[in-house]
Amino acid sequence: MDKTIPSLAEAVAGIDDGATVMIGGFGGSGAPIELIHALIDRYRTTGHPAGLTVVNNNAGNGHIGLAALIEAGMVRKLICSFPRSADPVVFTELYLAGKIELELVPQGTLAERIRAAGAGIPAFYTPTGFGTDLAIGKPVAVFDGRSYVQERWLKADVALVKAETADTHGNLTYRAAARNFGPLMCAAATRAIVQASRIVPAGGIDPEAVITPGIFVHSVVLVADPAQEEVLNRRKANYFEEVQG
Amino acid sequence: MTDKLSNAQIAWRAAQDIADGAYVNLGIGFPEMVAKFQPPGRQAIFHTENGILNFGEAPPEGEEDWDLINAGKKAVTLKPGAAFFHHADSFAMVRGGHLDVAILGAYQVAETGDLANWSTGPKGVPAVGGAMDLVHGAKRVAVITEHVTKDGKPKLLDRCTLPLTGVACVTRVYTSLAVLDIEGGRFILREKLPALTFDALQALTGAALHVSGNVADLHVPEL
Repeated sequence: MDKTIPSLAEAVAGIDDGATVMIGGFGGSGAPIELIHALIDRYRTTGHPAGLTVVNNNAGNGHIGLAALIEAGMVRKLICSFPRSADPVVFTELYLAGKIELELVPQGTLAERIRAAGAGIPAFYTPTGFGTDLAIGKPVAVFDGRSYVQERWLKADVALVKAETADTHGNLTYRAAARNFGPLMCAAATRAIVQASRIVPAGGIDPEAVITPGIFVHSVVLVADPAQEEVLNRRKANYFEEVQG
Repeated sequence: MTDKLSNAQIAWRAAQDIADGAYVNLGIGFPEMVAKFQPPGRQAIFHTENGILNFGEAPPEGEEDWDLINAGKKAVTLKPGAAFFHHADSFAMVRGGHLDVAILGAYQVAETGDLANWSTGPKGVPAVGGAMDLVHGAKRVAVITEHVTKDGKPKLLDRCTLPLTGVACVTRVYTSLAVLDIEGGRFILREKLPALTFDALQALTGAALHVSGNVADLHVPEL
């Protein structure tokens, strides 16, 4: 078994128009910048994929990564918990102009909806949001005298995730807090596409140290020295200027 | 005697109630100051929603590792015994009753324990983050806040007028003037600045204050 894909372009080739795409990361930590940029490269060459629904905790920063994906016009709808950040100008302008749809989800509910999808649980009850505007229209039930809101699973066609080490079977480790949504998104997506800083043969990761088991991962592509979103933004990097030279 | 406590002094007072070894989540912004004022000999373990237990202070400028951040997306460091985990585990810690204390900021708190701290209304881009999760599950949910808004309006009310973060979730409020518990749908005054009369405090509060037992003087060092 070898889940390795030789290039970023091939890794993102099968993502269709209208797909739901989960993108790992919390702010800049864990953002799979190279996979996102490969997807934008493809769109700028072929016009596809367009009309994406993107699931991420945030709405991107600056003009790279998720923000650039939105700026390129590929995103129809964003499902996230916190679309305000240091420099979210791209999303903010489109949202206030009514050009992008937003589904706002409490952060823990977002994580659990993704986890539930990966675990085959169609709905669950949570105390989060009960009695608030974000629970309007959702079923409520009382358990042991306390009220809970029903939330549904959140599935995706594709997940784009950044790992530290992958083996050829797709077993993954992550770096520090860059893990965040990665393991959940791999399990919730029909196809989990992972960029890893290192790819080792099967047996190269101690089974005790595997964070995401390979069964949840479909493709692995090597990005040996990955960019870090926060570092890029601190030097005001811009996907569009760098690509166009 | 100062007229009211500074933010640092409110944070200091809140920190005195955190036990050694407690698992604690501090909300983004002002509540983060609480970590600086742990009494000598006590060491809480701080949780951040993005997946770290037992993180420490910010590293020196230039030594940041941007994969090692807190929920406010600021660079942090690790203390011995730290752990990483994914987001679903992180919020299992939050909602599952595993945190001892969550300390949060507030726009408004009601005598019912309702909290409004995520939205000031329909303008702009809405963003909620982990606010609605954090108010459920911690054994104690405390708020630190100015007693009144910048233009002098009460923040402690009989009912919140801003969009709610959670219903009946706050159990203690540390303000710039007083410390209050919320019990049985009422604000119970526990401590107040010595120079302030009960009636003066009541006039700055949008709900009835109740007394149950002793009201102590609120003493905080100059910081």
